[in-house]
Amino acid sequence: MTGLYHHLKPDVIDHLRQGTLLTRAPGAPTRYAYADAVLELGHRNPDVVVLNADVAKSIGTDRFAEAFPEREFNFGIAEQNMVAAAAGMATTGLIPFATSYAVFLTMRSLDQVRNSIHYPRLNVKLASSHGGITPGPDGPTHQGQEDLSLMRAIANSTIVAAADSLTTGRATWAAAEWEGPVYLSFTRDPVPYLYEDDVPFEIGKAIVVREGSDATIVAIRDMVAQALVAAELAAAQGLSVRVIDSHTLKPLDEPLLLRAARETGAIVTAESNTILGGLGSAVAELLVEHHPIPMERIGLRDTFAESGPYLSLLLKYGMSAGHIAEAVARVVGRK
Amino acid sequence: MIDNTQDSFEPLSIDALRTMAGVIRCDIIDMICTAEAGHPGGSLSAADIVTALYFRVMRLDPQNPAWPDRDRFILSKGHACPVWYSALAERGYFDKTHLGTLRRIDSILQGHPDMRKTPGIDMTAGSLGQGLSAGLGMALSGKLRGKDYHVWIVLGDGETQEGSVWEAAMAASKWKLDNLTAIVDRNRLQNDTYVKDVMPLGALAEKWRAFGWHVIDIDGHDMTQIVRALETAKTLRDQPVCIIAHTVKGKGVSYMEDIAEWHGRAPCDEEALLALDEIRRACDLPEEGVR
Repeated sequence: MTGLYHHLKPDVIDHLRQGTLLTRAPGAPTRYAYADAVLELGHRNPDVVVLNADVAKSIGTDRFAEAFPEREFNFGIAEQNMVAAAAGMATTGLIPFATSYAVFLTMRSLDQVRNSIHYPRLNVKLASSHGGITPGPDGPTHQGQEDLSLMRAIANSTIVAAADSLTTGRATWAAAEWEGPVYLSFTRDPVPYLYEDDVPFEIGKAIVVREGSDATIVAIRDMVAQALVAAELAAAQGLSVRVIDSHTLKPLDEPLLLRAARETGAIVTAESNTILGGLGSAVAELLVEHHPIPMERIGLRDTFAESGPYLSLLLKYGMSAGHIAEAVARVVGRK
Repeated sequence: MIDNTQDSFEPLSIDALRTMAGVIRCDIIDMICTAEAGHPGGSLSAADIVTALYFRVMRLDPQNPAWPDRDRFILSKGHACPVWYSALAERGYFDKTHLGTLRRIDSILQGHPDMRKTPGIDMTAGSLGQGLSAGLGMALSGKLRGKDYHVWIVLGDGETQEGSVWEAAMAASKWKLDNLTAIVDRNRLQNDTYVKDVMPLGALAEKWRAFGWHVIDIDGHDMTQIVRALETAKTLRDQPVCIIAHTVKGKGVSYMEDIAEWHGRAPCDEEALLALDEIRRACDLPEEGVR
């Protein structure tokens, strides 16, 4: 099996072989990794400031507030003001991380996000927790299922949704170095610690996590773990499945995805976003223009979910590892 | 009080400001007539305020628009940008010939202010209700870095119907931003009709006071009152200042004054000549043709 997996922690590979990744493997919500990383950034760079909207304790940026009280600004429950103020700060050379939940940060303040940040290409980082259906029990009002689609439609946007804590920290540091707006997406619920320290992380460069030749699963954020399990399930059916962590939704790593399309001939995308406009749409658009092959999209199928444990929601709404594996079998059958 | 250290510009006298406001009003009419589109009413109502800021009160350097210590200005009611473009051109940020390119392909002068295209534009604006928040961010940054620049925001009165304006008002008070001044261009009209009929603002001054601001009511066309209020706003401490400037939409062009239709309609050539003639007579400006 040497060479099958890349950059995964040894215990993750063990869990994958034993079928226990989603139930036994250690993990954490990636929002905390963001909070750790931005705190570290605070020490490194005096231009980094954190803007909160009354969910600092939930995300963990209250620790930045304690360490750098003069560089943290809590705007209260007023995301529109926070986002446009971040734009104003960026015009003076500060690097603001405006922090909230996906639904509020993108939808409540979408006009500010578009007109005050992206149109003038201001150097604001939008740090967004509660992505997809990862806030399972909170229900649809707090499940950020459209943020990736909405942000993708805005010109000058860069969108990164990392799969685990380690790469979320790397994404946060990379965002600080990136010139221009970056949207970072985190999970509310825990996801497994997937990666070893040697994982290369660069905005715009997807990661091949598992080798395979019959089909490719392209996954983002929390769904990378599901995709890895799905690949094992497919392997049990005799299929060799590549898994790609497409942490950067925009700019999409088109060369790497097209190579996977050519080499494996079938693709399934996996996201806990709506299937309308997110990763599945982005990959479909790429393939239809450059290399049309059998493809399926896993995601919320134009519906709101409901309250419930995250893994139960994945099962009920057709987004579990098992569903992904079934989709893999179908696309391979259509080749 | 007046600190234009970065260039040799002499702040204008009250009389010279009045004349300059006339020049700017003529530019506005010229620009919008030539572009065959734009928003004359709200540009004209803000002309005296913007003139006082750019030709007397603000610390700036047209040769160095990105000077970190400059005062910041945001026209939150971005549709009135002809007044801003004219002030910038007359102050030397770019050549006046650009004014004839308003709203044209490849122009540096967009239909609404674009900070990436126009020298001197400190913040992109156009979607109402965002400028005060952006200015708040600039003011917070100034405090954080120990800079003494001042941030000036002009809002429309209709614009204060946007809820986020009041989010920003609350926040500016929380952070005691005495380096931030909001000027409400209270011309009493908005796109559809009178503000009082669309969505009345009620006791506007009392609302700003209740949000923790020091409020100054002025006649927004009386240059002496404008300059005094702006200079007072620079000196008050521990509290943001809101200047409610009572103005007339379309001020200076009698057939436009207080008429909602002139919010977003361009004058034709004949109408423009009439308007220019009236403005020039009022300010003793020499006669010129339409650009």
